[in-house]
Amino acid sequence: MLDRRSFLKLCCAIGAASANPRLAFATVPTENRFVLVLLRGGLDGLHAVPPYADPEYGRLRPTLAVAAPGQENGALDLDGSFGLHPALAPLKRLYGEGQLLVIPAATTGYRARSHFDGQNMLENGSGIPFGAKDGWLNRAITSLNQGDRRLGLALGPAVPLLLQGEAPVATWADSPLPKTSEDFLQRLAHTYRGDPLFARALADARGSMAPSMESMPDGRNQRSRAFEIAATAAASLMARNEGPRIAVLESQGWDTHFGQHWRLTRLFGQLSAGLIAFKEGIGAHWQRTAVLVVSEFGRTAAENGSRGTDHGVGGLALLLGGAVKGGRVTGAWPGLTPAALYEGRDIRPTTHYESLFKSALIRHLGASPSTVEDKVFPRSRSLAPAENLFRTG
Amino acid sequence: MNNIATFIALNRFGLGIAPGESDGVEADSRGWIKAQIARRQTVPAALRSFPGSASIMKEMHEARIESPEKLREATRRHNRQTFRPEVAARARHMITTDKPFAERMVLFWSNHFTVSRPKSIIGPACPAYEREAIRPHVFGRFEDMLTASAGHVVMLSYLDNNRSVGPNSRVGKRSGRTINENLAREILELHTLGVDGGYTQSDVGEFAKALTGWTHGGTGGRRRRRPVTGGFVFRNATHEPGTKRILGKTYPEDGVDEAKAVMHDLARHPSTARFIATKLVRHFVADDPPAEAVERIARVFRDTDGDLAEVSLALVDLEAAWSEPLPKVKTPHELVISTLRALGIHKVAGRTFNTPLRIMGQQPFRAPSPQGWPDRSGHWIAPEGLLRRIEWLRAIAARAPASETPDVLLDRLIGPVASDDTRLWVDRAPSTDAAVALVLASAEFQRR
Repeated sequence: MLDRRSFLKLCCAIGAASANPRLAFATVPTENRFVLVLLRGGLDGLHAVPPYADPEYGRLRPTLAVAAPGQENGALDLDGSFGLHPALAPLKRLYGEGQLLVIPAATTGYRARSHFDGQNMLENGSGIPFGAKDGWLNRAITSLNQGDRRLGLALGPAVPLLLQGEAPVATWADSPLPKTSEDFLQRLAHTYRGDPLFARALADARGSMAPSMESMPDGRNQRSRAFEIAATAAASLMARNEGPRIAVLESQGWDTHFGQHWRLTRLFGQLSAGLIAFKEGIGAHWQRTAVLVVSEFGRTAAENGSRGTDHGVGGLALLLGGAVKGGRVTGAWPGLTPAALYEGRDIRPTTHYESLFKSALIRHLGASPSTVEDKVFPRSRSLAPAENLFRTG
Repeated sequence: MNNIATFIALNRFGLGIAPGESDGVEADSRGWIKAQIARRQTVPAALRSFPGSASIMKEMHEARIESPEKLREATRRHNRQTFRPEVAARARHMITTDKPFAERMVLFWSNHFTVSRPKSIIGPACPAYEREAIRPHVFGRFEDMLTASAGHVVMLSYLDNNRSVGPNSRVGKRSGRTINENLAREILELHTLGVDGGYTQSDVGEFAKALTGWTHGGTGGRRRRRPVTGGFVFRNATHEPGTKRILGKTYPEDGVDEAKAVMHDLARHPSTARFIATKLVRHFVADDPPAEAVERIARVFRDTDGDLAEVSLALVDLEAAWSEPLPKVKTPHELVISTLRALGIHKVAGRTFNTPLRIMGQQPFRAPSPQGWPDRSGHWIAPEGLLRRIEWLRAIAARAPASETPDVLLDRLIGPVASDDTRLWVDRAPSTDAAVALVLASAEFQRR
């Protein structure tokens, strides 16, 4: 058994052995910014982007269909076929400015309907649920960044699977606890000298950037403002030259089996407010930014008996930002006729999320195509990166 | 407290050091742990008054069948009247118990066989699941815990087995509904063999067929009403008929007993012994479990057909568990429990318990996936996570009993392992509560 003195020596030895030389000025591979917004629960694409011109739409959604443009609470027309839900009105302007790309009938390669598996597969990137214990975005960061520069940013108390893995990521979470004084942290840091894990984490926390609190919206600690606050914090950090380049924002509550109209109106409001707050907060860097909004799957084409919808395969992706070649609805639309539906009930997926993810990594962030195929998305080689999503590349 | 063995017994195997607790441990640390290992585990008095899962789930299913509004209302009511009070009583029990090793094992196995609240219909019954399927078996037979968990209505709903229908069963042929592999896969991957344990997709599919019919008595809908019971039900009408072939062995058609026979064999599979031993040694020795310790525990597990009392005794007797004082980091839950134990705070309120755990990202029964909470230091000591821990510890330090000076508190909680730096800076602290906070926020207190 070790006594205290030899334990201290051991700690010091471990500390020396594992103290990698820090690359504080590691070359950053890109000035571009990428944000992945994950809507957990299964977003109903037909409610967010109603195909109001499709005659089947009203038939499938007798009580839930969003009214056509021009009617009371009607959709905001995008291209004569699709509209935006009125609660997403703030995004309509981005569409008009060519900064919002709408991709209906999109989802991952997952074809069943479990939240766990669907989210896990979306996040692990291996092509099968639970096929990897780390996240594809973390693997991408490892390949982009040989140094220990924290390119990734997780918002919230825990790091989502997407960003779990070898590459260290920056984190920020809103906390109602009183902030600890710098004097106390300084003293505490002295006591951590013999413990590399704690010393390093505290040094990183103290040295890491805090978002500007002046820009924070009111209503902190209100659940309904959580997404907007996280988005504001992300923008504040990503606006800095030395800040992270890649962030993951999460939003919960999209599993609308019942009461969908009311719940989605509220959630769309929160989502739009957060996205616009991010755009405002990141300022001039918006021109170099792409924000991809996804969900683990979509929902049934028809409404169920509880004025809601059940888990379904085909969903929706929204891509927005100054770097995006937007102002369009893209991807094939399979339609809503009974024969067109997947297994007779869901939107048939025509765009693979994996293609969008690969395109974002390769075209927008400059990752090497071979690394993306071999390491980040093994087993998805047949899904080519989507073309024509970004202004450059 | 003046010896490292006492520190290890109380922190690594226990849940932290309550005032006066080390006195009874110092003479025989290992004996103190072993005395807590009793095959027959009774539900603690503090938890006995809570309703069983069958009665909770009956009400939840009746509300679900009635209307979405009724379900919302029932969920709210049960969260207020059942879930929150039981979680608080469970925390209070963990803070006050004199058998903390048994409670640590409840936490370990409850995490191994994770169920999680975000699946809302089972939310209120998650503590009942732990009480019914985990607690009785922590020093019993692994096979019994495995079958109790797999056959528990909360697990059956959590991993969707209630939706699984054999395609050639009576219901399957009529409705076209089919298998849901979720539970079968997780039992193989997460509960028994482990992901590299040597099973194939075909084994998953066949095991899922064997499990068809294992469901609860609340499967009716608004249109097809049938009597609602909240407990386990075997529905022959959804059970896939015929023999199944799993891991090279043929299981003849045997209704509800078929899946039990499979689990009997899974519990005795060498991969299971290795997988469980790896997780146990990771929990009690080091994040990267040393191979010889894993081999030793795996052998005991195999030789005793998964007798968890024997396995637990073997863990206590692992020399590797006593050679390093601080290899593991407390999870947020362990940190909060051990802090409240240390300070003698027995009143568990939202502010002292739920809020810190929410902020640190580990609310009870809210694990992010069926894998449960991570058991590695790096996950919890990320920069943001560490700051949240420090903020909470700094704030709670003000509630330390005034009867104990900071240097006495230091000696009581981390005496044998405190570094010279920690002693020096606690001694130099500008105020009593800053000194107490430095003790609590020290790496020595946050480790075990």
